[in-house]
Amino acid sequence: MTAFTGTARLTRLALRRDRVKLLVWALAVPGVGAAVAQSVAGIYATESDRIGYATTSAASVVARAFNGPVSGPSLGSVVTAEAYTTLALLAALLSTFAVVRHTRQNEETGRAELLGSAVVGRHAPLTAALLTVLAANLLSGLLLALALAAGGLPMAGSLALGAAIAGIGVSFAAVAAVTAQISGTARGANGMAAAVVGLAFLLRAAGDAWGTVSADGMRVVSAWPSWISPLGWANQVRAFDGNRWPVLALTAGFALLAVGTAFVLTAHRDLGSGVLAVRRGPAVAAGSLLSPGGLAWRLQRGVVLGWAIGVVVMGLSMGSVGDQLDSFVGENEAASELITQLGGTDKLTDAFLGTMMAMFALAVAGFAVQAVLRLRTEEATGALEGILATAVSRPRWLLSHLLWAALGTVALLTLAGASTGLGYGLVTGDVPGQVARLTVAGLVQAPAALVVTGLVVVLFGLLPRLSVALSWSAFLLCVVLGQLGALLELPQPVLNLSPFTHLPAVPAADPSATPMVVLLGVAVALTALGLATFRRRDLAVG
Amino acid sequence: MTAISVAGLVKTFGTTRALDELDLTVRSGEVHGFLGPNGAGKSTTIRILLGLLRKDAGEVDVLGGDPWRDAVSLHRRLAYVPGDVNLWPNLSGGEAIDLFGALRGGLDRARRDELLQRFDLDPTKKCRTYSKGNRQKVAIVAAFASDVELLVLDEPTSGLDPLMEAVFREYVTALRDAGRTVLLSSHVMSEVEALCDRVSIIRAGRTVESGTLAELRHLTRTPMTVETERPVDGLADLAGVHAVTVSGATTRFEVESGTLDPVLAHLARFGVRTLTSTPPTLEELFMRHYGDGSAAAPGQRPLPAGAR
Repeated sequence: MTAFTGTARLTRLALRRDRVKLLVWALAVPGVGAAVAQSVAGIYATESDRIGYATTSAASVVARAFNGPVSGPSLGSVVTAEAYTTLALLAALLSTFAVVRHTRQNEETGRAELLGSAVVGRHAPLTAALLTVLAANLLSGLLLALALAAGGLPMAGSLALGAAIAGIGVSFAAVAAVTAQISGTARGANGMAAAVVGLAFLLRAAGDAWGTVSADGMRVVSAWPSWISPLGWANQVRAFDGNRWPVLALTAGFALLAVGTAFVLTAHRDLGSGVLAVRRGPAVAAGSLLSPGGLAWRLQRGVVLGWAIGVVVMGLSMGSVGDQLDSFVGENEAASELITQLGGTDKLTDAFLGTMMAMFALAVAGFAVQAVLRLRTEEATGALEGILATAVSRPRWLLSHLLWAALGTVALLTLAGASTGLGYGLVTGDVPGQVARLTVAGLVQAPAALVVTGLVVVLFGLLPRLSVALSWSAFLLCVVLGQLGALLELPQPVLNLSPFTHLPAVPAADPSATPMVVLLGVAVALTALGLATFRRRDLAVG
Repeated sequence: MTAISVAGLVKTFGTTRALDELDLTVRSGEVHGFLGPNGAGKSTTIRILLGLLRKDAGEVDVLGGDPWRDAVSLHRRLAYVPGDVNLWPNLSGGEAIDLFGALRGGLDRARRDELLQRFDLDPTKKCRTYSKGNRQKVAIVAAFASDVELLVLDEPTSGLDPLMEAVFREYVTALRDAGRTVLLSSHVMSEVEALCDRVSIIRAGRTVESGTLAELRHLTRTPMTVETERPVDGLADLAGVHAVTVSGATTRFEVESGTLDPVLAHLARFGVRTLTSTPPTLEELFMRHYGDGSAAAPGQRPLPAGAR
């Protein structure tokens, strides 16, 4: 028996456990790619449109930071720029979650102990997890390449982009392999890996923002920070513009190094423990913990604070580049039209800020889903059983968690607006005015996020065992309708399914009370319905 | 006075009938053993008693209230130790104990500290580092330090070592002496025998036996072994005597309770040298209901369900 004995069996087990998730993953990446390719082909139909796109994108710091370095006026390059961030983050996060699910989470639940007692080598669980994720990335990368090629893009470039995206997934799978050894909990391992994804994004964004524009004005030569980020390497492959395959050697080297580190860490720790030791806690509880609300805050605070930091960093950086926008779209009629369409005004900066607020609202809705689903986590693990066997009523328990979820949602949107306003105010010299104006813009989005909160409560009340999957599906639907709805020219009734569709894009549009009041009413009604159904049902443990 | 009274309780999950007209009566001030194999419906019953699950049919009364409707007010008067204690990984054991105490309406601080010491539990450790036994100790300490009328304990000692088990028994005995009521679901027969005034045995969602240990024994035959000066004969003809085997001076048989007197008179004529009677242990009673033929002692047939 070697350290790798049992790897094949564990890989089959992982594939069996994740068969639905992997299928969705393998189809989502090419699906997004194909949808973006099709809409880009429509909007930038002619060579001159694309030259305009490339020139303005290369000139704009915002575009460089968000879409990566442009690489010439070919259709494939424009598709790459438009789809890159979404595809990269999808591949990175799906890969980290999958690795942690099959390593640290198994240890946390005790499954790994049972497996470890069988004829299974020390390194087999991690190897099996990595093989599974490698297979998923290769498959989704290949399908992405085929989907792009089927849409009329050159085969070589499609393959290069597919490989680059798969490489991102593999890199962050390797990162997760390390964080799963360092942290003693799945939550911690996922959090650390997500932080590394965020860092890689910031490095790449900085490297591309500081980059220089080539002589023809249509390409960006990235600065060094892009070259130390796995997200940057995938750009430097320059799919559809040279297809520099050797760059992927950096990806492979990074992944091998990280996986090697993970194996060394595995060999030097006990099953179930992390490299980070678990600290001791107080012997006696503080008074602030001793109520359902106090417990809920204790369980939610880490998530709220983590989101708050992310939102502020994002808001400051977004706000501070707001004034560069005019050069981004000034000369490109199609892009200008698109932004106008998204923001509903000719004032491009306000349209941009309005769009940013809508994006913040969607992101914060993700927080809301995560926070409300804590209800289900508490129920599924059995912790709720202990609470409800004390003198705490079901409504009191549910509302104590919901209170923090709702307050957190409103607070995060306030922070998003205020930090964007601060960033924008600093570059335009009007801090108080911009902070006030954009805080309002952030808060306007709150009713829609609260509708999402209410929907999750209903799902928790009605279908507890399906609530996690259904809630995230509803959230994804809102994201797709919000981000791609206009681009894909979906009919209005479909767009109306998302609560975010109904809110004005402040500051580009004026705030209006009616949709906010109606959405708040819907949120309250959904919460009441969820509460009523939860009061009437059995507890569903496990 | 009854603390818990359940009659004709039915609970179905999908097509599975988990509880099939279950009956259970727990008198105030007694320690009541609740026995049954895995999947018999013990935990389901307890969850209905706590208002965590909703009954489909039947009557349920806990401390004079309806556990579903009056959950909150009843829960101030009872404490629960689940079979599988799940805590919050980032809270310390001490925090979890104080939390449960506070949510139940108060906790005796001195008794809490005494219990921590007696159960040898380190309250500063995070719950994620606790073993199953230590997680159970957290729930036990929180329950025993609360001033409540009724304790509902679902296999509370399944993770405890024998030393801790002894401490547990000591506290349960003290609780009974203080007039508290305890419903104790358990697989540890010696524990139930040592602690319980009355027991209920359930099988496949139905109560098959209920009563004091003496009553349960009364319902079954007692195996006896007698050594006599002269070989015994004619014993099998007496009423209530079964499974007689004679091998030389030693005779083994089983006798129904209530028919012992004529049997002893009969045996006396053969010159009794030794006489041993081994009343069935609870374990044997239990196995008779659930064990296959192999598990029960030879010649003992299971009593029909509901024989009493």
